[in-house]
Amino acid sequence: MIKIKSVNDFVIRFANVNGSGSASANNLFAKAVFRLGVPVSPKNIFPSNIQGLPTWYEVRVNDQGHLGRRGGYDFIVAINNRTLKKDYDALESGGYFLYDSTRALDDNFDRNDIILVPIPLTEICNREIESPKLRQLLKNIVYVGAVAYLLDMDLSVLKDSITRQFSKKPKLAEPNINALDLGFDYAAQHFKGLCELSIEPCDRLTNHIMIDGNTATGLGALYGGATVAGWYPITPSTSVVDAFDKFTRRYRLDEEGKCRAAIIQAEDELAALGIAIGAGWNGARAFTATSGPGLSLMSEFLGLAYFAEIPVVLVDVQRTGPSTGMPTRSQQSDILAAAYASHGDTRHVLLFPGNPNECFEMTAQSFDLAERLQTPVIIMSDLDLGMNDHVCTPMQWDDGRTFDRGKVLDHDQLEAMTEKFGRYLDKDGDGICYRTYPAAHPTKGSYFTRGSSHDEYAAYTEDEQAYKRCMLRLTRKWETAKSLVPKPHTEINDDTTAWGAVFFGTTTQSAQEAFERLADRGIVINTLRIRSFPFQDEVADFINRHQTTFVIEQNRDGQMRSLIINECGINPDRLVPITNIDSMPVTAGHIIQAMEQTIDSSKAPATKPDRGEER
Amino acid sequence: MSTRRPIFRHPDLPKNDLGHTRKDYEGADSTLCAGCGHDSITNAIIQACFELSIPPHGVVKMSGIGCSSKTPAYFLGKSHGFNSVHGRMPSIATGANMANRDLVYIGVSGDGDTASIGMGQFAHVVRRNLNMTYIVMNNGCYGLTKGQDSATADRGSSSRKGHPNPFEAIDLCALAIQLGAGYVARGFSGDKEQLIPLLKGALQHNGFALVDVISPCVTFNNTATSTKSYQWVRDHMEATGTIDFIPPRHEITACYEPGITQNVTMHDGGIIQLCKDDDTVDITSRRSALDALEHHREKGHLLTGLFHASDQEEEETHTILKTTAKSLNSLAEEQLCPGNSILEKILDDYR
Repeated sequence: MIKIKSVNDFVIRFANVNGSGSASANNLFAKAVFRLGVPVSPKNIFPSNIQGLPTWYEVRVNDQGHLGRRGGYDFIVAINNRTLKKDYDALESGGYFLYDSTRALDDNFDRNDIILVPIPLTEICNREIESPKLRQLLKNIVYVGAVAYLLDMDLSVLKDSITRQFSKKPKLAEPNINALDLGFDYAAQHFKGLCELSIEPCDRLTNHIMIDGNTATGLGALYGGATVAGWYPITPSTSVVDAFDKFTRRYRLDEEGKCRAAIIQAEDELAALGIAIGAGWNGARAFTATSGPGLSLMSEFLGLAYFAEIPVVLVDVQRTGPSTGMPTRSQQSDILAAAYASHGDTRHVLLFPGNPNECFEMTAQSFDLAERLQTPVIIMSDLDLGMNDHVCTPMQWDDGRTFDRGKVLDHDQLEAMTEKFGRYLDKDGDGICYRTYPAAHPTKGSYFTRGSSHDEYAAYTEDEQAYKRCMLRLTRKWETAKSLVPKPHTEINDDTTAWGAVFFGTTTQSAQEAFERLADRGIVINTLRIRSFPFQDEVADFINRHQTTFVIEQNRDGQMRSLIINECGINPDRLVPITNIDSMPVTAGHIIQAMEQTIDSSKAPATKPDRGEER
Repeated sequence: MSTRRPIFRHPDLPKNDLGHTRKDYEGADSTLCAGCGHDSITNAIIQACFELSIPPHGVVKMSGIGCSSKTPAYFLGKSHGFNSVHGRMPSIATGANMANRDLVYIGVSGDGDTASIGMGQFAHVVRRNLNMTYIVMNNGCYGLTKGQDSATADRGSSSRKGHPNPFEAIDLCALAIQLGAGYVARGFSGDKEQLIPLLKGALQHNGFALVDVISPCVTFNNTATSTKSYQWVRDHMEATGTIDFIPPRHEITACYEPGITQNVTMHDGGIIQLCKDDDTVDITSRRSALDALEHHREKGHLLTGLFHASDQEEEETHTILKTTAKSLNSLAEEQLCPGNSILEKILDDYR
């Protein structure tokens, strides 16, 4: 049998029971890898449940910086008896299987191509840990200690992490550190030289941080000046508002300890967005966070905000649909629902962050965009980005940056006005009109906001020409939006290649890994990462310069492809869909396989002969 | 049919403390049916705001969808208004109020907008104790879609369509009292002597105030068989008493009709004075208010007047959330954005 052998390039999977405290232990491990300077990407695959169901924590270690999901497991820590066989069978040949040997494996665990790492975790804990309450929790720390030994990790990094974690309750740090030693020592005594996977400190990560997208989004709302949040709990978006709440309690208190933000847990998603719209209308920067089912409910209000032209930010942390779908699995499947949410002719600005840094940046920017454009801005995050930790470069804030509050007439501007104020008069020709906040002026600037048809002075109208003027002005505003939203990131690797690829959001990591591996095989692909909707001309130009463009996304129907076809007038034959619908983050392998299928069946020369290096 | 207000005004119209005449509180011409109860309520709102010397631009007018929800266009033309979507006014009002706590928030809704499609939002805005006056123009039917029964239509009542309503009616006042509203009253659009002080008390109340106003729909629900008709309401109306709202720093005059007086002091020192015939009614008690409502319902009477005015120090939404005293929409960038050095410090937790 050949053991899997690797330094800083493997996947380890922890199989646990949810609600047993495993998540923080597994996170401790991932964080330690990160602190050793090794690129790492943990993914929590958890059930929609609080206690007792299977949960997995997958950690990919890759010193090349490929941090999309890889697929396959080289090392499994199998703590959940109910999934023991499934986990055992899932291990790669030559991989390592760590399990609680307090209970022997059944006879049907008969693979001879894997390495067993039996550790009597329960027995050790029962013997060494007095408090029955702590035994269960610390069992997780014991296996982390053992894994640390098996992977040649510097234990002091883990101990340091624990000390930091319990800096406010140092008494709790001690039993955790002891548990770490228990596992480490047991492994040292029994498995010397057994494991050929290891983690060596490296300098790939310098100034990086490891953070989840939802926290970064909450932080972006803090920096973007949000003061009102209306929300309704829904996985996987809840931690966006949790983070915002936490940051406002620290950084938004006035001299009396009162908060410079109002966060309201609403009765449902309708009200959640209604609260944000009411606040946005009244001059506060406001947002809500939700997921697919909430987005469906919010459609009505999105139409109102679009038509009445009210700034509001909506964070959609997408999960697997349709309907309730899989609440704890990731997907990019709200694209069309968000782009055209609500009845009638509506179109909404979408932003597609690809990493936590962009979650922060785009959230902060979304308030500028919403107020400049006086329309909803929807941030299209997803569960993988929002709830998993990601290694990324640190966010920065330019202290010279100021909020763009858009076209708002204040008291003095209204006072100086000689003509009648018209809320929906397009004075600048960019489709964006001037608005006023309530009570801005005693006699000027008031208007009546409505979702019914209105003329330039906000009066109700059933005049078909006035209605038409309004709708056409909104398309003019849409054109203006193109010049304001983030541009796509384009990489032209070869001027002559026939192949282009378009992707966005959490597909990015795996897509880039796939392109690198394809380039190694001599297939050169130009790439474009969409970062916003409406699409700028760059998108159509990019597609038009290639014979075939792949659109890689994580849904069944190729929603982004449909949106591109619809918005850019592209011949569908030119766009090959690569979709991923197994509810797990897409892998580079999946992308490569799908692309090669198309490329192989095509007669078009895929590459210039002098560039490829076949392996 | 629309109601045009006279253009000519007497030059010596009375002025309020701010120097405004009643005209300064008017809005656009109404487009409702002639004789619609809603127009009377509109006028009562105008009168109440005028008498209280509320700045004519300092009100935020909120509504949902329906005949009633059109009325904010007909009063306080110098104030901003927001005619939102059906049944969702409470959430819009909540957000607007969060953005600026310094303005006066008047929500106008109907019985369909509140008791059916908006029931959830209504219940929760009461629970939040949002500082607003919530007026229901209650006609027991859907006027704008031609007279279907609404959820406040009494069982057995029949509108012009002629079919007795087979379903139980929702009493919004009883519901609001149960949900903890600090000020709950019911008026009748045909009785402005009673309605104006009820509205004034509501506007001065710190927290959520409901004024449910029975407002006959002259087109679809003013039949002899309807319990929301002018005639039926006049024949069956019983009042909790005569109420008056006495602003702060004004002398409390004696009860002008024989009876028992109950005074409730508002947060700003204003006093609500209720002269009542029945001294067992205590408007500061939720239980007493609910008993009175149930007692009159059993007798087939429509109880109107002030049902409940809490004498407790109310915690409105901003107090509950502990938000800063300054309106959130006026905060400057430096009060909102912590800057790059703090960001670096925050990010240290993620290393």
